[in-house]
Amino acid sequence: MTILNETSSSSDQMNSQGSSPPKTILPKIVPSSTPPLDTRKINGISREDLGNIAGAAASSIAMTFLLFGQLAPLNGAVGFVVVAFLLFIAVYALLVSLTNPAPIVTDKVMTAILAASTFLAFAALASVVAFTLWRGREALTTWNLYTEDMSEAGPADPLSVGGIGHAIVGTLIIIGIAIALTVPLGIACAVFLNETRGRFNRTVRTVVDAMSALPSILAGLFIFATWILILGLPRSGLAAAIAVSIMMLPIIIRSADVVIRLVPGNLREASAALGAPERRTVWHVVLPTSRSGLATSVILGVARGIGETAPVLLTSGFASSINFNPFQDPMVSLPLATFEFVRSPQPALIARGFATAAVLMVLVLILFAIARVLGGRPAGHVSDRQRKRLASRSLRDLKRMEPEIETGKL
Amino acid sequence: MAMTQIETSVPASMPESRDPDPRPINSARDRNDRLFRAGLSSTGIAVLAIMVAVGLFLGVQAFDALRETGLGFLTTTEWEPDRGRFGIGSVLLGTVMIAFVAILVAVPISLGTALFITNVAPARFRGVLISLVDLMAAVPSVVYGLWGLFFFQSGVIGVSRFISTWFGWVPIFSVSGAEANSALPNATVFTASTFIAGVVVALMVMPIQCSVMREVFSQVPLGEREGALALGATRWGAIRVVSLPFARGGIIGGTMLGLGRALGETIAVLLIISPRFDINFRILETGGNSVSSLIALRYAEASSFSLSALMAAGLALFALTLVVNFIASAFVARSRSGASSEA
Repeated sequence: MTILNETSSSSDQMNSQGSSPPKTILPKIVPSSTPPLDTRKINGISREDLGNIAGAAASSIAMTFLLFGQLAPLNGAVGFVVVAFLLFIAVYALLVSLTNPAPIVTDKVMTAILAASTFLAFAALASVVAFTLWRGREALTTWNLYTEDMSEAGPADPLSVGGIGHAIVGTLIIIGIAIALTVPLGIACAVFLNETRGRFNRTVRTVVDAMSALPSILAGLFIFATWILILGLPRSGLAAAIAVSIMMLPIIIRSADVVIRLVPGNLREASAALGAPERRTVWHVVLPTSRSGLATSVILGVARGIGETAPVLLTSGFASSINFNPFQDPMVSLPLATFEFVRSPQPALIARGFATAAVLMVLVLILFAIARVLGGRPAGHVSDRQRKRLASRSLRDLKRMEPEIETGKL
Repeated sequence: MAMTQIETSVPASMPESRDPDPRPINSARDRNDRLFRAGLSSTGIAVLAIMVAVGLFLGVQAFDALRETGLGFLTTTEWEPDRGRFGIGSVLLGTVMIAFVAILVAVPISLGTALFITNVAPARFRGVLISLVDLMAAVPSVVYGLWGLFFFQSGVIGVSRFISTWFGWVPIFSVSGAEANSALPNATVFTASTFIAGVVVALMVMPIQCSVMREVFSQVPLGEREGALALGATRWGAIRVVSLPFARGGIIGGTMLGLGRALGETIAVLLIISPRFDINFRILETGGNSVSSLIALRYAEASSFSLSALMAAGLALFALTLVVNFIASAFVARSRSGASSEA
């Protein structure tokens, strides 16, 4: 309010001093004789577009039916889609060109192609997921699938006998060991890449990049040749876990590296300015700030590791009964069990294979959903609950310190 | 520096120092921090050691086999290590062909999807689409293999037959044993082919390529895009003259990264393809091979020499993927859009 009064008084002064008071002169608005031009629309779909798309789709599908049914020696679902799409693009281009100049025709056709490629990609994903669930539906709905193993069930037995309990247990044990090996090493290495500079750092970064190119079967072959052939140790879940770890490590390091790089530098500087040594800055500032991103990178690495078949095939091998001991005897994982089931000609085993693949996929989907929820937040973001927790902790500190401040100790 | 000419004049009346004992600023690390740094470095050393161990070990183990065959290892097509006749002529060719089919199928789709997500899709769907692409990358390869073997193969035979009938005069599309005019053509000559394996591998590499490309497209300077639009370009025009040239390095890099992944894919290829050991360029015909599926099939062979031969094949594959990956990162890093667009 005071400021307002001051300005008004000063303008009063100016008015009283000057002979001709300064005024802002606005240009006169002349009503235009021509209506204003429409803003060119770059995004969005107009009604005309919708009509064109519908017409082109109807005509292309009709033509494809004609071709496949009557005129040409064509068959197969994939072929139908390909031919229908090509015809659609042609008809759509023709329809658009009736009312539009050439650049707009190109734009519309290319937009349609971009949308179609996106649609194709997601249709493939949906088809993979739906097909696996559909073929596995009979086995998936039996309880014994989750509780029993295959030691009692022969290849020709119906789905009501036997299950993949051994593979579920095996997967959990193998991936658990792999997590215990890779997460500390991977995150520490990512911190190393971010907190230090120098030639050795660059070497490690290059080597991690190279390591991510290592085909997973070679990780398995390496463990097979060293662990089993040279050291003479038995094929076991532990060997499989080490092979999977070699494969997961570069994935976790690279994505954790990217996440830690996003931690704002001023947080590090603030911590250093408060007198924190480097190790405390890392432990209390860098890692908590990037916690959600680190969780995402770990989960993405786990999702890749859990689906790996080849390293487990080479280092652990097939087993048909439940095995809780990772140090001895083969231990089968879900992808390996899938692979084993579908190589058999028995329809019941193939159905089991699909059910196993579906269980594996659901497991990966759950991991992935967790990763999305955690990783949706940027580095340093504090959720409401975390904020409350931090506030209450700060209040506790205050209460603890208040008497000491009042008595003059602090 | 031109700034050195300006001098700061300090008023003479300034007191010497209010604080007689200024806080010493010590930037040297204390003992615990040095230990901490040493600990961090040791993780780097550990990672380095693992990697070098894998590489060296493969090299040493492969040496026996390589000494036996010499350069013939690269050209021999048979794989009979116990009789001394083996080489990666056919398997390496098969691997490269599957990878190329995969790249040819995957690149247009991933490029289109990346452009759609960054340039066309409404902003509120963008997050969902990105999640779906990432999800596609997380689906295990054995699931893709199942889909390819039991679902896709039966659907695509018609396409294979059509291509081989009408374009059979192109050598790679010809299929021996397929009679164009027979009433009931034999469908089995088209199954388990390089083409089908390549398409399934394409599904696996497409999300990797797509996320690299999308990352690069999202860094296209807004000003340049708006400039193109202001000059009257359509949306596709802006993509063509601004986005694609800007992102060229990222597109090439992403493609190569996908290629590296496609070369090493094992289990889906093993499920689909039926192995053969001759030079076969006919991608639509039954049979092909890849290094990784060869290893998965033959690793259980008892003799240590044949294992050494497999190691040599694995080493060749690793060398190939390494070269491809390093070229990819060089492209990504050198492009104008580079640096922050790592996969």
